[in-house]
Amino acid sequence: MEELDGEPTVTLIPGVNSKKHQMCFDWGPGEMLVCETSFNKKEKSEVVPSCPFIYIIRKDVDVYSQVLRKLFNESHGIFVGLQRIEEELTGKSRKSQLVRVSKNYRSVIRACMEEMHQVAIAAKDPASGRQFSSQVSILSAMELIWNLCEILFIEVAPAGPLLLHLLDWVRLHVCEVDSLSADVLGSENPSKHESFWNLPGNTQTLTELELKWQHWHEECERYLQDCTFASNPHLESLCKIMLGDEAALLEQKELLSNWYHFLVTRLLYSNPTVKPIDLQYYAQSSLDLFLGGESSPEPLDNILMAAFEFDIHQVIKECSIALSNWWFVAHLTDLLDHCKLLQSHNLYFGSNMRECLLLEYASGLFAHPSLWQLGVDYFDYCPELGRVSLELHIERIPLNTEQKALKVLRICEQRQMTEQVRSICKILAMKAVRNNRLGSALSWSIRAKDAAFATLVSDRFLRDYCERGCFSDLDLIDNLGPAMMLSDRLTFLGKYREFHRVYGEKRFADAASLLLSLMTSQIAPRSFWMTLLTDALPLLEQKQVIFSAEQTYELMQCLEDLTSGRPVHGGPDTQQCQDDDIETTKVEMLRLALARNLARAIVREGSLEGF
Amino acid sequence: MEEIYAKFVSQKISKTRWRPLPPGSLQTAETFATGSWDNEENYVSLWSIGDFENLDSDGGFEGDHQLLCDIRHHGDIMDLQFFDQERIVTASSTGCVTVFLHHPNNQTLSVNQQWTTAHYHTGPSSPSYSSAPCTGIVCNNPEIVTVGEDGRINLFRADHKEAVRTIDNADSSTLHAVTFLRTPEILTVNSIGQLKIWDFRQQGNEPSQILSLTGDRVPLHCVDRHPNQQHVVATGGQDGMLSIWDVRQGTMPVSLLKAHEAEMWEVHFHPSNPDHLFTCSEDGSLWHWDASTDVPEKSLLFHQGGRTSTFLSHSISNQANVHQSVISSWLSTDPAKDRIEITSLLPSRTLSVNSLDVLGPCLVCGTDAEAIYVTRHLFS
Repeated sequence: MEELDGEPTVTLIPGVNSKKHQMCFDWGPGEMLVCETSFNKKEKSEVVPSCPFIYIIRKDVDVYSQVLRKLFNESHGIFVGLQRIEEELTGKSRKSQLVRVSKNYRSVIRACMEEMHQVAIAAKDPASGRQFSSQVSILSAMELIWNLCEILFIEVAPAGPLLLHLLDWVRLHVCEVDSLSADVLGSENPSKHESFWNLPGNTQTLTELELKWQHWHEECERYLQDCTFASNPHLESLCKIMLGDEAALLEQKELLSNWYHFLVTRLLYSNPTVKPIDLQYYAQSSLDLFLGGESSPEPLDNILMAAFEFDIHQVIKECSIALSNWWFVAHLTDLLDHCKLLQSHNLYFGSNMRECLLLEYASGLFAHPSLWQLGVDYFDYCPELGRVSLELHIERIPLNTEQKALKVLRICEQRQMTEQVRSICKILAMKAVRNNRLGSALSWSIRAKDAAFATLVSDRFLRDYCERGCFSDLDLIDNLGPAMMLSDRLTFLGKYREFHRVYGEKRFADAASLLLSLMTSQIAPRSFWMTLLTDALPLLEQKQVIFSAEQTYELMQCLEDLTSGRPVHGGPDTQQCQDDDIETTKVEMLRLALARNLARAIVREGSLEGF
Repeated sequence: MEEIYAKFVSQKISKTRWRPLPPGSLQTAETFATGSWDNEENYVSLWSIGDFENLDSDGGFEGDHQLLCDIRHHGDIMDLQFFDQERIVTASSTGCVTVFLHHPNNQTLSVNQQWTTAHYHTGPSSPSYSSAPCTGIVCNNPEIVTVGEDGRINLFRADHKEAVRTIDNADSSTLHAVTFLRTPEILTVNSIGQLKIWDFRQQGNEPSQILSLTGDRVPLHCVDRHPNQQHVVATGGQDGMLSIWDVRQGTMPVSLLKAHEAEMWEVHFHPSNPDHLFTCSEDGSLWHWDASTDVPEKSLLFHQGGRTSTFLSHSISNQANVHQSVISSWLSTDPAKDRIEITSLLPSRTLSVNSLDVLGPCLVCGTDAEAIYVTRHLFS
């Protein structure tokens, strides 16, 4: 977006001689495809590139780390829980709830850190051991920053408790502090000093505390000026430290591991009731004094400084640049947004910062073969672009088993993404038809309520019937149930099969009326009429009269409709002539049978009166 | 119910199964196997839940499960069953059925036997060979029955290279699960809402019986048979509905119970307390159905943090005469007397619970949130 912070890193592709051959590439959502081409810079192009592989280059390797996966999964649970309780968060309990959420996030980071540490120790080769160790320090830095943000932005500790929190913060992150307290600060004065600070719920006001502290501070100064400790340089320097003398503190620099430790110690002894807005001045000077002009601040230092300056946007910006993965900034920003701390900071594509970061993070998850399921919930809570992003991503998830497809479909249905449901079901139904799994194909078209596809499947069945003379998959057709109503063709298929069943049970009258209704109700495809009429032949030829006169007239009507609509083939093609002959014979047989039946029917109906 | 322990394991769990205990043993379950899915590298893993003297160095406490060994598996693990104490059979999305052998002395798993083309759409002999996922397995030493998306049923025998019997095109839709009824009979459920009973003594390729749901043909995803009464079967469907069937009577379910809000992935009768049933679903919940009739002893308004209990009475669709000496509480027709207590066992809603297994007082389940939950005190 703005200035480049350094030279871009170069990644060498193994097996590709980039000096000789050119490479081509294509971007994906989270990855890049690279391969060698046959184009040569200097010499004539070779026919075949020497390197036969296509490489996938991933920038975000964190998402593939086994240990970090636990972070992603656990934090997903916390994230979703936070969004859900948002509506219930009101009043006083809101702040403590948000602090609890923050602490949950931090404990997840710590658990991850400890596990990564175990893995680093157990690593077989030193290179991966180093890599894991660096991951541990990154996680530790993340927790450090998060903890500070919790104190300053979420807990919003006022002067007084602020220093206590900062003390805890430093103590937590600088393991040596505990041993330090014993050595350097281990006289009875600090403990008396500590007992000043009864924890929240004490009845002392800030002013009372300040007065007490001033009193104690003046007493210390008097001791120093009176040269009470002149005989013992250690005690004298101890007294100076307790007065907050920076020079004395800096003399113990090796025991203070970093500038923020120095800052907090300094505050403890010079200004324990420091107000939050004054922190930045102390922080800046502590940083300068500690570094002493020898080294320049590192990214972590800049982030912490930005936090002390209460510049939240700067904190997030610096973290985004320093960290390789969007996890940290996405979750922290979301939490701070719930604390109502971020003004809607409109970015150039319209959504606010929280949403922008969540979208980036979720897109990264979708690039992973397995973690895409987590990404869905993150998109859900992005009001502007979440839904459309989800629609685009979810259609591109590869579906290699039906079970995975069902999960994806369930996600789409829960969000009323009917277009995606249809498109996924169509793909699956087509695959099923190609594999000759007609029952599965039908099941998918029922799920998508896709009448057009149901028609396609039914046509397949009918075609199979015409070719083989019998139905395949009777277990399906006989048991269609209410699904039969999905498409006309499907209804026809079901009813036609029913006709065969009824005929098989020798209930000829029922079979006849069913057959007739199939033709007259217009649900039979025209191409099938001949078959239906041919099915009527045995019924017409029966000894007893089955079709009534009325019904026979209707059959004749159908036959005439069919034959009148057919064009006359006059071509020299012999096969065509043969087909025509067969057709003409069939038609003539039908006409004859119909006529005979009509005659018998009229006679029978005419003489029924006497019965 | 006491604590349920969760552990994040960096892989989405598709199946969890307790290792069976030796017959007549008084021990409680200690070891379970899991299968993962949707990863570039999937694993079959064996886990052990610690016992009292087995606290490890970083303070793992009782109930925290530890990985014993694992082995790479080609394709998603669609189903997993213990064949016996040492052998595990898995169904793969590549259509392969594999038998793994566990070596307890050096804690490793190895491939013992494999049928690589158990399920396919177009056969291995054709140039356009296309495999189909194998979706369900059931074992009854020495037989293994598998079903798949290709609608095929295979009967394998351990240590036989080829299938003993194959029923091609047994179903025009996908077969989702299979279970044994009585030894030569199996029951399958498919994606058009039908139960089919197959008798291996018969030669043909037709089922001996077909049962189906009334109304919409909702796909059925799981099936389990009552441990003592071999004619009582429970199925779970895509709409989360639990159905209880009596296969000897009629072709429709006896009870239909509205359960989950999304696909029910697994249903299990408790093997030693069959009045208890467990179901898990895509909606992220795991339910314990208690149909035991000693209602007065239970506190009816019992709530414990994180769980909810509700009562639901049977809904019966038919069945007037039940000529049995022992009436299963699942088939009972007296709605006033028999109420089912339903308890949700997981502390908070999560992503889909794909699988569960119960053995004695222990329950294990696995989720798409990459967590395994174990409890050792189901009935407290």
